[in-house]
Amino acid sequence: MLIAATVAILVAMFLAMIRGIVGPTFYDRILAVNMFGTKTVLFISLIGFVMGRPEFLDIAIVYALLNFISVIGVLHFSGSVEFRHDDHDNSTVEKDS
Amino acid sequence: MRHTLNLSLILAVFWLVNSGHYNPLMLSLAAVSVAFVVYITHKMDIVDHGFHPFRLSVKLVTYHFWLIKEIVLSNISVVKSIWLGNKTISPTLATLSVSQKTDVGKVIYANSITLTPGTVTVGIQGDQIVVHALLRESMDDLKGGEMDRRVTELER
Amino acid sequence: MDIVIAVVSAIFLLLGGFLCVTGGVGILRFPDFYTRIHATGVTDTLGAGLILIGLMLQVPDVLVLVKLVIILLMTLFINPVATHALAQAALKSGLSPLLQSKNHKGG
Repeated sequence: MLIAATVAILVAMFLAMIRGIVGPTFYDRILAVNMFGTKTVLFISLIGFVMGRPEFLDIAIVYALLNFISVIGVLHFSGSVEFRHDDHDNSTVEKDS
Repeated sequence: MRHTLNLSLILAVFWLVNSGHYNPLMLSLAAVSVAFVVYITHKMDIVDHGFHPFRLSVKLVTYHFWLIKEIVLSNISVVKSIWLGNKTISPTLATLSVSQKTDVGKVIYANSITLTPGTVTVGIQGDQIVVHALLRESMDDLKGGEMDRRVTELER
Repeated sequence: MDIVIAVVSAIFLLLGGFLCVTGGVGILRFPDFYTRIHATGVTDTLGAGLILIGLMLQVPDVLVLVKLVIILLMTLFINPVATHALAQAALKSGLSPLLQSKNHKGG
């Protein structure tokens, strides 16, 4: 049963990855990455049990934290990039004129 | 000062549970890391104000059991509409008013809405929250106000 | 007794796996960003919860059980915050949600 659940998680990760590649908007991609991260946490826990090494759970905890920080970080960064991009455009326009 | 002590205690328990090694070297490293984290939180000035640990009460436990029931029910409806296709969904966006007074109450309410699949809190401003729902029925349930009433009871 | 626990754990793991695949199908199938959020909600709450509870039923010692509980609580606390931040950023950037028109009920 552990193997079956692991395979199901892998299928779901694959589907999320397709959405991440296809995703029409930037936010669709972040959503897919977030879901991929949650799946990674579950996948690592399951693999730890399949191999009989529950120490893998420590890595899963770290991944859960990293997932959150990466989503918040990317959102923070995305706002500032657009902002900077606009600024940059304005400044080039000013230089040109 | 009380919050600082609580924080160090929580961090120490977290470290002990996660480590599983209890020799003197490891324990001294643990003490150093707990002290370092407490120092950083003091430097960021987030411990003694703006830090509200909630009281654990019987009401909170019953609320969580009710929330788990809601999560299971809304999961079933969302799973149904995923497999039945796009014709069964009716996305809606609405602004609701909240009756909670404290920030913690509002956060619990908004987080509970987001935690139940099918409804997501999109924005919160003062006494108004903007909610996006997958199905019209789940939005009607929220407008019925049972969750709002239960969270408000939790505040007292 | 052992066999009962093994069967219950297997049922939880299979249900959790099914819900995770369902969330993956939903994120591909739904028409716009705001509806896709709800699909990830399925996998983040009950999908993850059922798989972790299924694992909790076959732990070798208490320390592992506590770690699984920590992972479950972290998932349940962190994901709504991340989802909310994402939805709010999307709405602020002007991505408008696809809404059902009012006279077109049940369509």
